[in-house]
Amino acid sequence: MATDDDGRGEAYETEYVHTVYEQIASHFSSTRYKPWPIVERFLKSLRDGSIGVDVGCGNGKYLSVNPNVFIIGSANLARIAARHEPHSSVVADNLSLPHPLASFDFAISIAVIHHLSTPLRRIQAVRAILELLKTASGGTGSGSQPAETETGGRALIYVWALEQKDSRRGWDEGHEQDVMVPWVMKSNNKANHKNRQKNKAEHREHSDHLSASVSGMHTQDGPSKACSDSQHSVKEKQDTSCAAHDNDSQQATSDSQESKTFQRYYHLYRKGELEHDIAEAGGIVLDSGYEKDNWWAVATPVVGTSAPASTNLYRTS
Amino acid sequence: MKILTLNFLTCARKACKATNAAFPLHPRDAELEIVETDLNPLFIRNILPRIEWDALREICVELGLPTLPDAAPEPAALFAEPIVPADTMQDADEGAEKQPTQLLQDLHRLLLETTIATGKLVCGNCGHEYAVKEGIANFLLPSHLV
Ligand SMILES: [Zn+2]
Repeated sequence: MATDDDGRGEAYETEYVHTVYEQIASHFSSTRYKPWPIVERFLKSLRDGSIGVDVGCGNGKYLSVNPNVFIIGSANLARIAARHEPHSSVVADNLSLPHPLASFDFAISIAVIHHLSTPLRRIQAVRAILELLKTASGGTGSGSQPAETETGGRALIYVWALEQKDSRRGWDEGHEQDVMVPWVMKSNNKANHKNRQKNKAEHREHSDHLSASVSGMHTQDGPSKACSDSQHSVKEKQDTSCAAHDNDSQQATSDSQESKTFQRYYHLYRKGELEHDIAEAGGIVLDSGYEKDNWWAVATPVVGTSAPASTNLYRTS
Repeated sequence: MKILTLNFLTCARKACKATNAAFPLHPRDAELEIVETDLNPLFIRNILPRIEWDALREICVELGLPTLPDAAPEPAALFAEPIVPADTMQDADEGAEKQPTQLLQDLHRLLLETTIATGKLVCGNCGHEYAVKEGIANFLLPSHLV
């Protein structure tokens, strides 16, 4: 069943997600600092002293939202979040998280599981998050605990939507859901200077080392310099002669300009798909919605049972 | 890697996660570093009930830090003035912030400011060693261990 995923899986993600993020990490740090409203609201709604995880914390921008909870961020980038007191971060794989089971009050996973390239791995990623949460019965609590009902931990999961008709990317219902998204990185000192200034204002203590390795860079919502289209489905990429889609290099220098195009893999979630994956992973959706080109859901583990051992793969077509 | 963080980490291997032997991970060849950070007394008070005290105690022994008492301190011991009833909660919080006891400050020092700069974290179940470098622990597993 997994064979019709065109050889996707962990090795594929290493090439089309992790390596690319390593290259563009500094760009993320300088541009993606503003928390999405749903994420901010979720984090601010937590009780003081709550303990949680941020799976795929990247540069740690969500770690600074609420200083009265304790968050352990994780990312599989070699260079991750610098210090965001009082929180902490570790390097870990999304599917092998180094945390005790059923012990956390909350979890967030923002713009992460859409980088997993098979239906099974996406469901496993949701399960890996849910199994960290306390269950409504009180999780690992001992018998001496008072009988007051404790609610289960809550996870906020946020993924890119297929339905983005208001964005310039041109995706919408019916489009291929597995896409490669080019990022063009340019050597442009002026842009770089601007990014640094912005960075200093927002993230004073982290700007220097995070922005040091890459000079100017910007996302390309319209056609990229190196390619004729802004997006290509994974299936199309084998056929194209575009240099940016060369499997061997995944980063291509466009002809005369000092720019590189990085291809990142995304699975675009269609309406209802995230909720489906959560159910498959043994979760209950408490709330869900759409926010600015993304689907999100708040989920909690099913009471009293662990996640089902096997799962039906979600069919995308 | 804060000492507090160790209280919420275990082995990344599936076979270990559910076992008691994998928690807490054991620091080895650890080089400690004090990284000062602002005292937030209410944070310490709120986090205290969530700490597995025995695990914390064990780690302190292994790191050669001063031995902790057998049981976690009572919340009342964290503030010099008792916290007043709920209807004046805001005042109580402000008052509390002004009067952290030495005990609370010691806990802040231990949990948030004492960090492992370099070293290893060893799983008591499978023996796998996770490296800590520049204060960041790396839990990525070689593919045959996943
Ligand atoms: Zn282990």
